[in-house]
Amino acid sequence: MFSKAKRQEMAQNLGGTLEAAVVEGRSPWKDARIRFKRNRAAVISLVLLALIGLLVVVGPWLLPNTFDDQDWSAGQPYGPTMAGWHLFGTDDQMRDLLVRVLMGGRITFLVGIVGSFVAVVIGVSWGAIAGFMGGKVDALMMRFVDVMYALPFMLFAILLMTFFGRDLFQMFIALGLLSWLDMARIVRGQTLSLKSKEFIEAAHAIGVSRLSIIFRHIVPNLLGVVVVYATVTIPNVILTESVLSFLGLGVQEPMTSWGVLVENGAQHMDVAVWMLLFPAAFLMVTLYCANYVGDGLRDALDPKDR
Amino acid sequence: MSETQQPLLSVRNVKVHFQVASGESVLPWTAKKTLKAVDGISFDLYPGETLGVVGESGCGKSTLSRAILNLIPATDGEIVWMGKDLRKGGSRDWHRVRRDIQMIFQDPLASLDPRMTVAQIIAEPLRTHRPELGNKEVMARVRQMMRRVGLTEQQINRYPHEFSGGQCQRIGIARALILEPKLIICDEPVSALDVSIQAQIINLLKELQREMGLALIFIAHDLAVVKHISDRILVMYLGREMELANKRALYDTPTHPYTQALLSAIPFPDPARERSKTIQLLSGDLPSPINPPSGCVFRTRCPRAEARCAEELPKLHAVSGDTQCSCLLT
Repeated sequence: MFSKAKRQEMAQNLGGTLEAAVVEGRSPWKDARIRFKRNRAAVISLVLLALIGLLVVVGPWLLPNTFDDQDWSAGQPYGPTMAGWHLFGTDDQMRDLLVRVLMGGRITFLVGIVGSFVAVVIGVSWGAIAGFMGGKVDALMMRFVDVMYALPFMLFAILLMTFFGRDLFQMFIALGLLSWLDMARIVRGQTLSLKSKEFIEAAHAIGVSRLSIIFRHIVPNLLGVVVVYATVTIPNVILTESVLSFLGLGVQEPMTSWGVLVENGAQHMDVAVWMLLFPAAFLMVTLYCANYVGDGLRDALDPKDR
Repeated sequence: MSETQQPLLSVRNVKVHFQVASGESVLPWTAKKTLKAVDGISFDLYPGETLGVVGESGCGKSTLSRAILNLIPATDGEIVWMGKDLRKGGSRDWHRVRRDIQMIFQDPLASLDPRMTVAQIIAEPLRTHRPELGNKEVMARVRQMMRRVGLTEQQINRYPHEFSGGQCQRIGIARALILEPKLIICDEPVSALDVSIQAQIINLLKELQREMGLALIFIAHDLAVVKHISDRILVMYLGREMELANKRALYDTPTHPYTQALLSAIPFPDPARERSKTIQLLSGDLPSPINPPSGCVFRTRCPRAEARCAEELPKLHAVSGDTQCSCLLT
């Protein structure tokens, strides 16, 4: 075996490493990551979403066709074919469908992300302030939310569109205005329950200011719920955009979105079924994936609520 | 507790009343009722001393402790910290005082932010009150304090959920001590812990108190624990003071009937004595603090109550030595 000196040296090394090693704690976020990785459906969905996102962003640059060029070479719309890189065929105006689907995806992704972002920012600040202040401020702020709920959203969106003209920016506002209400209610409820926790009282006792308590203690503990709810909001916003576009209130030609493409495809499905199938498939896969990721996040972030 | 020494904290006739909606109606214009959680408490606390506060659930112990820190504002009375009435001062005075008065909470895990590491939790008072200290200095103090309360430095980056209840309470103690305060209010710091851990935490508190010259206000419902740690003991019932006495005097010769009943309920660790003792049972329930009995609040359950107990309001008065009692019959 080892000599005595060698053994002593080894023991010393071991002691040294033991003392030096500061144990890295597992934060609640790290725990959640580990739990999320175990959820196979959620991980696959996340990968798929990332792939679709990448395709949508990079695709239109790499493909030879553009979204508004018409190809009259066949005299009638192509079905899916290799000829002229019309992998998904062309639409009723002889425009390449693959590029149009990818361009539409850009709009749809943008709408989903920006719409949810607006909802998160307004909803979290509104809800956290209402919950933390309590009393009359809380009552007033939440009654405003109730009033907003009572307004029929479609009417609201249509009014906005007709008043200010149809424009992408308007749509973001309309979609954001719709979805922050739920977020505000959820965040307020969560803030109320956090506010009575002992560690918030401890922070008061230490003398931490109210603003610091909100941003150092309350918001980080809210983030789990907010992340989960934001991922659930994204598909909702995308779906609403599709509905608006389907009604003709969304993006303007020749620009497009998945909602517009599906609507257009539905009109021609008896003669050119690919015009419906491809955009619908993209929309469906994206919505499914976003929902699965949302579910996975919810399970990972608060395992007790399962 | 010499008479010449100036008290660290003087609480004079402090009241905490809450306005609550009456049970029958929730309409906003119905008259609100007053819940007297703390109703006229006075005591002095001297440097380095431990004051035990005992009483059954709902007697206002915790509310009293929060009123001292202005977590729940007192509705009346004086809270004098080192000669200065804090209730007359503004929020800046309170902020300064919170350097000197710290608190330890009942639920060790719930009192620590789950998303912060131990280092962040213990450093928070320093970062709030001593922003001039550099990061290195703060971390050095955190490490030193962790060693002092019996945690190892390797655990510095861990999160509260990775610790046992006793360790969490040590983190809470480290957080309370890092500013080197003069007074620590312990709100039932051991009642959520195992008995063996309770002893460790209490001995740690006593040791730190001796080293740092801390004053403690120790709230508990476990009389054995209070006896072990306290110098003087305040007995509360329904928001009022029943008796305030030295530990020895209180346990040997309890004056107030309520104190006598409380003490008779302590179990002996000796089966023979345990079997032969007589427990002075109190009949009835704790009356509602919304509608307390007239005169002495304890008279409805007092074995010695007389007619005049319902009429006269008893005041805390000196009985013998340092013992003060609020029974009309003593």
